[in-house]
Amino acid sequence: MNTSSEPGSGCPVTGRSTTATAVWNEFLDHDNRADPYPVYARLRDAAPVQRLDDGAFLVTGYDEILEVVHDPRISSNPLAGRDDTEGAAPGLTSAFVMQDPPDHDRLRRQTMRHFGPPNHAGYIDSLRDDITQTATTLIDAFPASGTLDLVEAFAYPLPVMMICDVLGVPHDDEPRFHAWSMAIIAPPEATTPDEAERLQTEASKATSELGAYLAQLAEVRRGTPQGDLLSGLVNDTGPDGAMSTSEMISTTIMLLIGGHETTVNMIANGALTLLRHPEALDRLRADPSTMPRVFEELLRLEPPAQVTPKYVALEDVRIGDVTITKGSPVWIAWAAANRDPRHFADPDRFDPERENRDHLGFGAGIHACFGAPLARLETQIALAELFSRLENVRLVEDPPPYRRNPLLRGPSRLDITFDSILPR
Amino acid sequence: MRIAVDMTKCQSYAQCAFLAPDVFRFEGDEALVYDPDPAEQLRARVTQSAAACPVQAIRIDGERRRSVTKAVRPSALTETDRVVVVGASLAGVTAAETLRSDGFTGPITLIGDEKDEPYDRPPLSKQVLLGTASASGTRLPQASDLNVEWRLGVAATGLDVDARAVLLADGARVPYDRVLIATGTRARPWPVADEAALDGVLTLRTAEDAARLRARLAAGPRRVLIVGGGFTGSEIASACRRLDLPVTLVDRGPAPLARALGDTVAGVLAEVQREHGVDLRSRVTVSKLHSDANQVVTAATLSDGTTLDVDVVVVAIGALRNTEWLRESGLSVGPLGVDCDETCRALDSDGTVVDGVFVAGDVAAFPHPSGDGRRLSVEHWGNALGQATVAAGNMRTDGHACHAEVPVFWSNQFGHVIKSVGMPEAADSVVIAQGSTEKRSFVAVYGVGDRMVGATALDQVKWLEHYRRRIADGAEFPPTGRTVDDLPGSDRVVRPHSTPANSDERSTL
Repeated sequence: MNTSSEPGSGCPVTGRSTTATAVWNEFLDHDNRADPYPVYARLRDAAPVQRLDDGAFLVTGYDEILEVVHDPRISSNPLAGRDDTEGAAPGLTSAFVMQDPPDHDRLRRQTMRHFGPPNHAGYIDSLRDDITQTATTLIDAFPASGTLDLVEAFAYPLPVMMICDVLGVPHDDEPRFHAWSMAIIAPPEATTPDEAERLQTEASKATSELGAYLAQLAEVRRGTPQGDLLSGLVNDTGPDGAMSTSEMISTTIMLLIGGHETTVNMIANGALTLLRHPEALDRLRADPSTMPRVFEELLRLEPPAQVTPKYVALEDVRIGDVTITKGSPVWIAWAAANRDPRHFADPDRFDPERENRDHLGFGAGIHACFGAPLARLETQIALAELFSRLENVRLVEDPPPYRRNPLLRGPSRLDITFDSILPR
Repeated sequence: MRIAVDMTKCQSYAQCAFLAPDVFRFEGDEALVYDPDPAEQLRARVTQSAAACPVQAIRIDGERRRSVTKAVRPSALTETDRVVVVGASLAGVTAAETLRSDGFTGPITLIGDEKDEPYDRPPLSKQVLLGTASASGTRLPQASDLNVEWRLGVAATGLDVDARAVLLADGARVPYDRVLIATGTRARPWPVADEAALDGVLTLRTAEDAARLRARLAAGPRRVLIVGGGFTGSEIASACRRLDLPVTLVDRGPAPLARALGDTVAGVLAEVQREHGVDLRSRVTVSKLHSDANQVVTAATLSDGTTLDVDVVVVAIGALRNTEWLRESGLSVGPLGVDCDETCRALDSDGTVVDGVFVAGDVAAFPHPSGDGRRLSVEHWGNALGQATVAAGNMRTDGHACHAEVPVFWSNQFGHVIKSVGMPEAADSVVIAQGSTEKRSFVAVYGVGDRMVGATALDQVKWLEHYRRRIADGAEFPPTGRTVDDLPGSDRVVRPHSTPANSDERSTL
């Protein structure tokens, strides 16, 4: 996209400002990963919709985000309105996350048939015991006391095992798809253009390898369904018919990556936040029935999906006093909206009792997180099991080290120490 | 336990249905149906669902109602001021809850002519008819701190605005410092009295009505005849088909819901009804209802000349406002209800505000937002809620907040949700702006001249958030430019919008 820059001219019509880009660069700076919220606040306070020097519009206000993501002139297809195909993630373009209606609606419906209502109502609810059992097994394998990395020992394996079960991917193949998954989400972590190009090449390679792997798993299930989502997709006889093979591969790559790269951060962010608020943690332990509200507040305060950089304006779209110009990319900063003081009173405070629970941690509009119900159950059960069994848990290091990706944010490791483990 | 879902907020994210599938269910992709009275042991699941709802649409009993006013303004009422609410349904209960959540601690009296506790009406024409909820199981969830004096099972018979008292049928006088009139509507009866009195001829407005109709449907009638194709009639037809009962729907308009939604959208809904097996007869009326020697209805002769054998006739031809008790009050009362200003204050026949008297809900005839002097009453759930909230706020603070939100209403039928924002019935043009009528999944946008005034979605409800905002901003009509679902051959033609002007059928629950 164009990169016009007129130094220092804060244009009131487009909201363009070099300051915005400078602040955005601070956000991208890994040094700010542990606490990006003051940077969001500066961006949001300057203007809830701002144009960056590279032509993208960054939306940081709560109400403005709701407006943008419900606007039918804002596309989610990175190729919409473009002649080139530069920047499109290969292999993922036919996943519904990057599609507009009616294909988006059809693909999401075809996938939902094997995941939730109306066709498969009760499926996610039926996983409660499996999730609990998985969490129990992982905690049972912790050392009896001392220090461990909660990401490696718990926050990562739990959602990975669950999404494998849901999709029909063997647990034993985890090292293979972990490597592919890491490569696919790596490009935003690049620090130089050369590195970005190298990572992009590796991501493309990983995507095609992961695709081939999933295609082969699906093929085994053709005609002999095994009760998992892959079997459902490959043998679908629903009203929309079956997906094409490439659609099915895109969809399952998206679910496999989305199914654990975000939830691992949610569990780690959640544990970290609770450990930073010992009184809230005590209240939760005393009354576990408060978990639903605690969870929603954790997700408001520390959402794993911080920014979604994928929308495109099909027309000039006016939001407040800023016009998002036709063809511009639109970046949605959910995490900034979740701390917008115009919507959430005292937004930086962790307060499970607050009245507003309408956070944007799972997005909004037709692209609202597909896997949210699974992530919600996994995280609620994971945190409940963890803190009901570990005695006197403390953080070893605060803040912990963070993964490089600024968009899917979470600790790369979370060292905790504890005195003992109670039997379940 | 008791729950109610604010369907005006619901955007069908379905998080509730994942977490508590025994309580919240989806019919089709977007139509939420829930059990308003789930077993107590499901409370943890329901609480989890309510917390997870991205638009906070689920209300549970025993929870404090959240204050909707962001900064609570100081009260003009003292702790000894008496608030009396006449009408113990959604508007009345909402007003009482708003007063409490905003900090009013004085006495509140709620007067209602039905003996049961306040209940939610939308499930009556859906879950209750299907037998998935009982007629007594739709009671409204109440805040834990409501603390009101109930005067249930006794009708108000008069309002003495000079002495500031409500007169009751049992002879009592209830003094007030502020009173809210929220007496709502009742079903318009079949105009031929002898026929209306026949066994098997029913209306649907109250929980008792719903229980009666449910019993008739459960008995397996040969055929159900529904008179009137408004929201109530169409929802009853949907329930009958779900129960696999033969049903004929007779409507004097060109298509069901044509008055509310216009003939373009209603034409699609007529096709949906027929696809689901409804014997739909548009531009037809009932000429005569026949009975046997026991005064039981047996058949109906229609204006198209046919006679049908029927065991149940449901008269769904709109509503009458419950204003007779105000005849001597000096308030300005007409067929649309009790006249009030934008702040929900009642007016007398000179158009002067009557001190201390407020109006909300179906019975309120408020100034049309166009400002052209017309009056309007809106018989929708969301309006009762919104207007009662404004009335209670103004009552408590002597404030002048206006009831000006964009109306929202919905209906579930035939596995679809139909949802509207704004005022489609006021339009002169309509365009299918998104989706496809053929696929039964679209958004229609309505205009008056070059101004957008309404939008209706058949499923696809998430987009309405956009149109609601644009209507509030007075956006241009028709919407121009590309949308995400523009495809070659998309039908985006602006058509004249017409509604059957001579129809008096207004029926919503």
